[in-house]
Amino acid sequence: MEQKLKTDFDKFISTSNFSNQEIKLKKEAFDNFLKNGFPNRKLENWKFSDINQIIQKNIGELAFYNDYNVENEINDDIFIKEIEHNKIVIVNGKVERLIFEYEEKDKINLSTLDNFNQNSNDDNSLLSLNNSFSNKIHNILVKKNYSFKKPLIIYQITNEKVSNTNINFQLNFELEENSSIKIINLSDDNSEKNFINNLFNFNLGKNSILKNYKIDKKSNTNIKYDYSSIIQKENSISETFIFSSGPHYIKNEVNCNLEGKYSSAFINGIHLLSKNKHHEIRTRTNHLYENTKSYQLIKSVINDSSKSVYQGKIYVDSKAQKTDGYQLSKALLLNEQAEFNAKPELEIYADDVKCSHGSASGSLDDNSIFYLMSRGLNQTTAKELLINGFLLDVVEKITDDEIKKLLKNMIGLN
Amino acid sequence: MRDKQIENLKDYKYGFSTDIESFKAPKGLNEEVIRFISNIKKEPDWLLQWRLKAFERLKVLEEPDWQKPKYPKIDYQDLYYYSAPKSFKEKPKNLEDLDPKLLETYKKLGIPLQEQKRLNGIAVDAVFDSVSVATTFKDTLTEKGIIFCSISEAIQKHPDLVRKYLGSVIPITDHFFATLNSAVFTDGSFVYIPPNVKCPMELSTYFRINASDTGQFERTLIIADKGSYVSYLEGCTAPMRDENQLHAANVELIALDDAEIKYSTVQNWYPGDKDGKGGIYNFVTKRGLCKGKNSKISWTQVETGSAITWKYPSCILKGDNSIGEFYSIAITNNHQKADTGTKMIHLGKNTKSKIISKGISAGKSDMTYRGLVDISKNAANSTNFTQCDSLLMGNKCGAHTVPYIKNKNLNSSIAHEATTSKISEDQLHYCQQRGLNQEEAVGLIVNGFCKEVLQQLPMEFAVEAQKLVGISLEGSVG
Repeated sequence: MEQKLKTDFDKFISTSNFSNQEIKLKKEAFDNFLKNGFPNRKLENWKFSDINQIIQKNIGELAFYNDYNVENEINDDIFIKEIEHNKIVIVNGKVERLIFEYEEKDKINLSTLDNFNQNSNDDNSLLSLNNSFSNKIHNILVKKNYSFKKPLIIYQITNEKVSNTNINFQLNFELEENSSIKIINLSDDNSEKNFINNLFNFNLGKNSILKNYKIDKKSNTNIKYDYSSIIQKENSISETFIFSSGPHYIKNEVNCNLEGKYSSAFINGIHLLSKNKHHEIRTRTNHLYENTKSYQLIKSVINDSSKSVYQGKIYVDSKAQKTDGYQLSKALLLNEQAEFNAKPELEIYADDVKCSHGSASGSLDDNSIFYLMSRGLNQTTAKELLINGFLLDVVEKITDDEIKKLLKNMIGLN
Repeated sequence: MRDKQIENLKDYKYGFSTDIESFKAPKGLNEEVIRFISNIKKEPDWLLQWRLKAFERLKVLEEPDWQKPKYPKIDYQDLYYYSAPKSFKEKPKNLEDLDPKLLETYKKLGIPLQEQKRLNGIAVDAVFDSVSVATTFKDTLTEKGIIFCSISEAIQKHPDLVRKYLGSVIPITDHFFATLNSAVFTDGSFVYIPPNVKCPMELSTYFRINASDTGQFERTLIIADKGSYVSYLEGCTAPMRDENQLHAANVELIALDDAEIKYSTVQNWYPGDKDGKGGIYNFVTKRGLCKGKNSKISWTQVETGSAITWKYPSCILKGDNSIGEFYSIAITNNHQKADTGTKMIHLGKNTKSKIISKGISAGKSDMTYRGLVDISKNAANSTNFTQCDSLLMGNKCGAHTVPYIKNKNLNSSIAHEATTSKISEDQLHYCQQRGLNQEEAVGLIVNGFCKEVLQQLPMEFAVEAQKLVGISLEGSVG
């Protein structure tokens, strides 16, 4: 594989037009990836989901070269009609359209980054892989005191043209003081057997608000890794919602650094799995300053021989007094072959804190089914009703009403 | 055995000491040393082969390093793996030679003078020892058919039992420290409870004459036959003086059909001084197997000592309807570190497990609860309940919770809860208002926090443990 990587990387660098600075950084990242390779179960974070093995088993030989010079056609039918929105359309890892038609032009700044954050992390060579093979990184800057009028929908599309390929994509958001943005990240995969590696960076200034909703429900055989890094200054709020149901394998990772006082992070997620899917959510909230707050609620419904994993860590620095951290994960196992693994972790170095976590897993409550059946529902409907109720709990946490309605329709929960 | 003991003491009176000195294996870990240990203990050949097999395995094993508390590398070639009990010459002559701090603690715990001497290996006059309560207990046990002796003795007298069960729960192919123990273990306890016998008293190493020098590689094997019950106590509340820094003991429990084993530990080994120098590394492997139907194994531990405590008393719930329980209090102060918890492996149907863990960290210490609950595919209708609470005192210490939860059975349920907090100002204020000073108030609140676990200890133990909890936290407030 090493040889393949090297030739693909050289080909990629020679066919793209990167600045010298970019090439230098990319080479560093590439060397780092070569050194570490794909993560495997020997690393604590990958204990439950050995991505190296999963790729070997499901894809086999990967191609790393991706031609960003190709023009991709976009069918307008895929756009959401229910709400007016701004668009970013990404096809096979290439940004095809950036349309901010509802916003004031001078309040946002679109650019590409010359200098990107290495995110070098020995534990996570996938970030290095992303840095080495991703195209030009777009940066969306929301200026001081500006709030997006309409949501931004990011359409992440893959088409039949790619298969057995590694697609890397990276996007940057910067929110200045008092700004806010609502994002819906919609995956639309029409390809099979690719390894898709996404990296999103969010920088939240003072008093800013980020609402990020990730929806991935189209069934496919791709293997995905999605990493969001959120850095928060004083009094900022981030809300992340993950609906993960589509691909064969996905690991959603959210890393949140609460660096300013009164900042807060909310991460909620749903796993709705059938067949033999294997999904994981990993959250890490780092409380680095006093008076910060975080909350996570993750619910899994696991059918057939699927596997759901939740790893959550609340880290409290010794400076971060008065931290309030809460984490809850619940799982419903619907089939004998289903499996749920969890590792809710607390690492605390400050004494004046309130941190707790809970985790529960089991099957549907027989008494509740009996109750509903005695009211005239058949067993299937009774079960559906209970599962819907179980998941709605998470959806109801969405703070934007318009988007909540849209998502409920999309997911099919009412 | 008792006669032998007196014989030894007689020898001392007439000045022996030279003989025993020669009973020392050379430094280092190699086949020769293992043969030496086996030879000196007159072990049968199968056991020697077993040890050597473990040693072969050890050569390819790597020392684990995933734990939170890190420690300087141990040079295993620089250790003595066998040395006979030290002659009395080398031991302190009387209590005045000891650290006054230690004596102060004894006083607070209310430990009798003779007992204080025994704990520190000071020569106790034969009169005291020969009329000790232990001998009377021994008779009662023999009457019931209970075997309670050192494992070396059991190897000689009950080789079939030992051969059948030794290594059946912790195989020689286990992790590094367990395998090291299998290769070089020197002594430990052996308990066998015959079918349908309820052991009439709490068994304790304390009552086993000759138990004082079991060394750093202790091996304990407890077998409860069908329908029997035993409660076993390990350690004691008094601080122990010890020359060995590394302790890698193995404890195996086996409960057959309808049997119950209750294993309580109070560990208060030397934690090092205030700056974190010295102290014991307590790397113990404890594992219980609920082999039969309706069997039960319950671990209770109060861990206040050692510089580093790294252990996970576990239950393998193999028999249908078997129950595993784990109750733990771990207290770390100054520079102490602990990474402890449990593993509950559910294999049989209708198995239940319960985990209650209370961690208290103060000073500059660091405490981790790490646990595993694994419900396998066939363990239908199994349940687990886990609760781990941590209390922090000051912002220089750390408290961490790392539970691993695996559920592969749809009819089983797992519930896990964990909280971390500090003692609230309100509670402290209330107690102080009622006339308690700050330290007493903290002691009271901490005891309340630990109550669920302390209740699980046998009566006499519980009272001492309660005092110990208070003492361990001295100097951590204010």
